[in-house]
Amino acid sequence: MKPLNRFNRRGVLAVAGSVFMAGALMLGSANAHAAWPERPITLIVPWGAGGGTDQVARALAASMEANLGQPVNVVNRTGGSGVIGHAALAAAAPDGYTIGTINVDLSQLVCKGVTDLTYEKFTQIALLNSAPAGLIVNAESPFNSASELLDAIKAEPANTFKASGTGAGGIWHLAFAGWLYKEGVDPNKVPWVPSQGEAPSLKDAAAGAVDVVTPPLSSGLQLIQAGKLKALATMGESRFSQLPEVPTLEEATGTDWQVSTWRMIGAPAGLSDEMRDNLVAAVKAAFDSESFTAFMQERGFSKNWKGPEEARAFHQGEDENICVVMKAAGMVN
Amino acid sequence: MIENLQAALELVFTVDVLTAIFFSCLFGLFTGAMPGVSATVAVALLVPVTFFMSPVAALASIATAVAIAIFAGDLPGGLLRIPGTPASAAYADEAYAMTRKGEGERALTISLVCSVIGGLVGVLALSLSAPMLADFALEFRYHEYFWLAAIGLTTAGFVCGDNPVKGLVSVCIGLMLSTVGFDMISGVPRFTFGYFPLLEGIHFIPVMIGVFAVAEVIRNLVQPTSTYLVEVPEKRTGFRDVAGTVYRYKGKAATGSVLGVIIGALPGAGSDMASWVSYAIGKRFSKTPEKFGTGHPEGIVAATSSNNAATCSTWIPSLVFGIPGDSVTAIVIGVLFLKGLQPGPTVFLEDAPLVYSIFVAFLVANLLLIPVGLVAIKAARQILRIPTRTLMPLILVFCIVGSFAINNSMMGVSIILVSGVAAFFMQENGFPVAPAILGMVMGRLLEENFIQAMIVADGDWLAFFERPIAATLGAITIAFWLSPLAVALIARARARRVARANGGAT
Repeated sequence: MKPLNRFNRRGVLAVAGSVFMAGALMLGSANAHAAWPERPITLIVPWGAGGGTDQVARALAASMEANLGQPVNVVNRTGGSGVIGHAALAAAAPDGYTIGTINVDLSQLVCKGVTDLTYEKFTQIALLNSAPAGLIVNAESPFNSASELLDAIKAEPANTFKASGTGAGGIWHLAFAGWLYKEGVDPNKVPWVPSQGEAPSLKDAAAGAVDVVTPPLSSGLQLIQAGKLKALATMGESRFSQLPEVPTLEEATGTDWQVSTWRMIGAPAGLSDEMRDNLVAAVKAAFDSESFTAFMQERGFSKNWKGPEEARAFHQGEDENICVVMKAAGMVN
Repeated sequence: MIENLQAALELVFTVDVLTAIFFSCLFGLFTGAMPGVSATVAVALLVPVTFFMSPVAALASIATAVAIAIFAGDLPGGLLRIPGTPASAAYADEAYAMTRKGEGERALTISLVCSVIGGLVGVLALSLSAPMLADFALEFRYHEYFWLAAIGLTTAGFVCGDNPVKGLVSVCIGLMLSTVGFDMISGVPRFTFGYFPLLEGIHFIPVMIGVFAVAEVIRNLVQPTSTYLVEVPEKRTGFRDVAGTVYRYKGKAATGSVLGVIIGALPGAGSDMASWVSYAIGKRFSKTPEKFGTGHPEGIVAATSSNNAATCSTWIPSLVFGIPGDSVTAIVIGVLFLKGLQPGPTVFLEDAPLVYSIFVAFLVANLLLIPVGLVAIKAARQILRIPTRTLMPLILVFCIVGSFAINNSMMGVSIILVSGVAAFFMQENGFPVAPAILGMVMGRLLEENFIQAMIVADGDWLAFFERPIAATLGAITIAFWLSPLAVALIARARARRVARANGGAT
């Protein structure tokens, strides 16, 4: 019995010692708090490596790294149409060392009831950019304008034309179905061919497999310039800078219909104001950097900055507005 | 073209580019050999580093890392039966069977030589016919992709061993697993039971690690038969022997490479499918199909040349149209933009020196593969000298780390453990596991393209044979399905005739 007792006492001492050490370490880190960031920052991207959001995030992370002197690690937490990564961001510790991208897709999933990750579950840092939907057809398509296409859809029987651009209920599906609805056409008249994403649907349009696709003109730029696709309109408030001859949908048809995807940088809810300001400053510096600006311009992505309060109000508005359109297009009950 | 090539050579043969190629070569070797760390992850890890490189160095280092990583995936596949990439899974059993016979070095050296051959054919196709192949790829619509996936799935019949029924059960398990997750067709979750990590579906990479590696560890745990993995004395391999083997199967290497180039150029198909299809075609037209699966180099020659050819040709749609051929080139497109290279058909005119320098980099990487690969094989072979009781826990640790790294979540770890136990029981009862992996790889492609094809054609079944390429692929698929029946009928007719002739004689 005795040796066991002694062993126990030693064990207790060891535990006490390590608790003390841990406490001292924590105290140390609290003291160094002013010198944020003192360790690498994680940037969660809910989408696969190589996609649009991933590229923007990586370009931003590279600029942030250069300014902060600490690594900014981009981590792809994919799956579940983005739920997985967004949920991981919302569930992370609000300590200023985990940030992530938030996309329009999340507002749609909230509306559908797939997740409860509303704008309230995050601390918005900044809106980085938005990209409006496009109206793109095969180069050999008989249609040369959005109004010609619309007239044909109205005139011909249902199922004559097929459209694609994203999975069922995705943002570009919403853009197309909502447009038809607004024009007084039953969205089901043009069946939606679900697709894994923008790039596959653009390929399908170039192959002539579908009649019209709705990803942003920036995504289809190469195929448009290659003479495989033809851009009819952009669903933004102004024309796309790299294809200035393509009108907006409002200019082309007289109908004001705008749908955009957007990307923002957010952190978990409950972030301290001090830490939020640190992050806003770091993201803003990277956003304004020459390399990030050049990247966005070359990629055909617009840059629109919205600060934390503005971004939060915008996110809240999207949570509501997207749902109105989805209900109108008959995508949710 | 000549002046472009000259300019490209000048761009590539500089100190900084060659240094970048050398280090990414080592990097590719290490990451490719780690189970779970696929070529995609390797490239994603490389991207932040490329920000600080010149455009040529950046693209050259990615090209090198991919080419080397795909070969390096064969190392654990051949020696330990843990395929590093899904492409290696097609022939991991074959190479492992050779290892158990003491021919591990021979299997890997053959695989190395054929990887280089396939890679060189791929580079050639990339530099000579990229715009043409890209246009050909655009001929493929939903119906064509459906048939392609059907052919891919049919190849399960060639890897399932001697019991086709059990092989079919295994394929169906894979197909069922591929339906789990958020379905983009209907926009609703399927078979997730409200458990949200299942929304992302069950990824085939952790399943692959589970069914091959974890199951192997369990088997060794249950039946600790040997002190070492390979009991027979290791045979020495001369380069002449390897060259002779490859030369004997030169037809297989050629068809494998060409198939790899074509399938690789189709966005969404990629090197995994190329490798499986080439293995199956290699077996179908082999003079000795019965030797397949018993440690016969013929299948390795066909499949490994094919997947390396495909890694080059997946760059074709990316460079010409900005459409990613697979997940690696999806990242590459981002880097191209970052380096001021706008993908498009004009890329061959406007940025010719830069594009040709990518080709030269691929060429250098493939040639570099020979010495680096030989050294890696010699080094990796030492693993077999570790006693099994030390090796198996080590493998398990690597599997767990690798599967965690895929998505940085415990989900991958759970999947490898569950699928490992399941695969152990399947194999104990004579069910092959490779067809299940194939089912998972092809399932989604098959299902999505089928539904997309039906929507586009308003449910018209005849549309599957309407266009020439679809009709041809459909005919090939159906011929594949009917061929065992035809063979059986002919055999029976012949037996009857022989019986009758014998009857007449007596």
